[in-house]
Amino acid sequence: MESIIQIKNLTKQFPVGTGKFTALIDISLEFRKGEFTGFVGPSGSGKTTLLNIIGSLDTPTEGEVTVLGHSIAHLTHKQSARLRNQHLGFIFQTYNLFPVYTVYENVEFALLLQHMPAAERRKAVLDALEWVGLTDKMDSKPAQLSGGEGQRVAIARAMVKRPAILLADEPTANLDSRNSHHILQTMQQLNEELQTTFLFATHDEKVMGYLRRIISLEDGRVVKDEQIVMDKITEG
Amino acid sequence: MIRFLIKGILRDKNRSVLPVAVISIGVFLTVLFSAWFKGILGDMVDVNANFSTGHVKVMSRAYADNIEQMPNDLALLEVSQLIDSLSAEFPTLEWVERIHFGGLLDVPGPDGETRAQGMATGQAIDFFGPGTREPERMNIPSSIVRGSLPDEPGEALVSNDFAERFGIKVGDPITLFGATMYGGMAFTNFTVAGTVRFGMRALDRGAILIDITDAQAALDMADAAGEVLGFFKDGKYHREEALQVKTAFNARYEGDADEFAPTMIRLNDQKGLDEYLTMMDYVAGAMTFIFILAMSIVLWNTGLLGGLRRYNEFGIRLAMGEEKGHIYRTLIIEAVVVGIIGSVIGTCLGLSAAWYLQEYGLNFGAAVQGGGMMMPEVFRADIEPEAFYIGFIPGLVSMALGNALSGIGIYKRRTAVLFKELSV
Repeated sequence: MESIIQIKNLTKQFPVGTGKFTALIDISLEFRKGEFTGFVGPSGSGKTTLLNIIGSLDTPTEGEVTVLGHSIAHLTHKQSARLRNQHLGFIFQTYNLFPVYTVYENVEFALLLQHMPAAERRKAVLDALEWVGLTDKMDSKPAQLSGGEGQRVAIARAMVKRPAILLADEPTANLDSRNSHHILQTMQQLNEELQTTFLFATHDEKVMGYLRRIISLEDGRVVKDEQIVMDKITEG
Repeated sequence: MIRFLIKGILRDKNRSVLPVAVISIGVFLTVLFSAWFKGILGDMVDVNANFSTGHVKVMSRAYADNIEQMPNDLALLEVSQLIDSLSAEFPTLEWVERIHFGGLLDVPGPDGETRAQGMATGQAIDFFGPGTREPERMNIPSSIVRGSLPDEPGEALVSNDFAERFGIKVGDPITLFGATMYGGMAFTNFTVAGTVRFGMRALDRGAILIDITDAQAALDMADAAGEVLGFFKDGKYHREEALQVKTAFNARYEGDADEFAPTMIRLNDQKGLDEYLTMMDYVAGAMTFIFILAMSIVLWNTGLLGGLRRYNEFGIRLAMGEEKGHIYRTLIIEAVVVGIIGSVIGTCLGLSAAWYLQEYGLNFGAAVQGGGMMMPEVFRADIEPEAFYIGFIPGLVSMALGNALSGIGIYKRRTAVLFKELSV
């Protein structure tokens, strides 16, 4: 599988008062297409900061981060917006759906930003809603959905443009166990079918159970990077 | 995208109904009060012009020096010739003669003996001349309480208050005791054609209105008149044009030392009206400005709140890869659309209310009665062309400015904290 994200000697510092707080220290990683990877670690370990930089929402202080051939440090605001618009999807801890729009329109919004023709857009939205099993809820408003359904809409919205990379920050934090598993299974299935690279920031053990690569962070450093061999359990 | 945004505006009441309602109310009040201020000011000028000052007034110099006494012994002579000359030289104005007079009104009983007497101030206007607009100018047809306009010479209108006080009925004879132009006694009989009520104490207290030819005959003023008034034919007072007319006319008599030579003054030059008009212009301007400013602040705040309330939405859109400039532009476009809708609704409502006030007015008779100043009893609005756009200043500009200001936050937004902000 081709390498789509390269991180070399990444350090990220934030100004705090007159000094500086170092959130990430000398991190070097590489991610290939189709990975299902999680950054795990306690609060303040640098998980979200790392997602921010990979998602071109922030820039490195030192080192080099290249996403799909784009050097994050050298992108202008417009270029990073374009990179996010075309190639990156985001899932937040809270679903952050637009409350006045229907499920269909929430998912459609990502494609409107890409100026996709209407017929093509409709097909893509219906496909995305089918992936997450919400075709029958497409005319509902977010307030009429359960928490699990809301997060599934958020997944459909992130996946509808078929991004190369999907970044999820604690996507199951507000869900019960049953819904968490449902969401994770959906994401796992999309990862396998569409070969989208999923990167999670999480400390939820349920999420960890689905990951095929776990990168442990502690105080801004990578302390462990392990590949997980999944055992196929055949029931019956 | 535009359809998507319109759907959002229509469905989100906080983005549509609320700001549109606030803008509509603000614009409605701005349009209504601006038209009303204009109307009241214009009416006050008109009342003074029509009843007393004209837009310009020609008198003899001696009469002008004693104008408060309205002395008919100092009246203009050969008035027909003067009016012809004025009409030829200044065709944008209509020229009319007026005579003010005072005297005693005697009301005889059935036996012909005096039943009642009272002091009266009279005004003679052209009731019967071909194409005369004097009765309408003085609003007489709609001020008639009983009876009708004089149909023929020898008929008079008396104030309704006066008629009620002395029990005068339509058709009753009355006698005017006065002084002729040359100081002799004048006794003239009139028949009461009707009673009038102007709603101004200065006119209603003891007024008698007769035709100018009757007055000239009664007061021995053949082809003479106390005053010749000029009115702009469009009915509106044009301050600068009036000044030009006055200057041109007076220049003609500059070298004439005769105290009976005619002299012209403008509406502004009379009864301290210049200071009054200037002050009222400032007051009206200041009130309109304060009102627009207040409404602007309210609507600006609405725009600001709208922008702040959507902080989360803008965060998601930024994360999804929408450019900051695009979000900002859509915010402004939304504000402009909402501003236009609100301004149009508010302007329509404001114009409707202003039209009602223009047609029917509000009667402040009780408040203005008893005042010596000539003020209309009914305060009307005046819909000028500016009423059609003035509401857009607070409605559109403030809304757009409020959103533009709150939208600056979009540019200052740090995408690096979006994950944190959107996870709450």
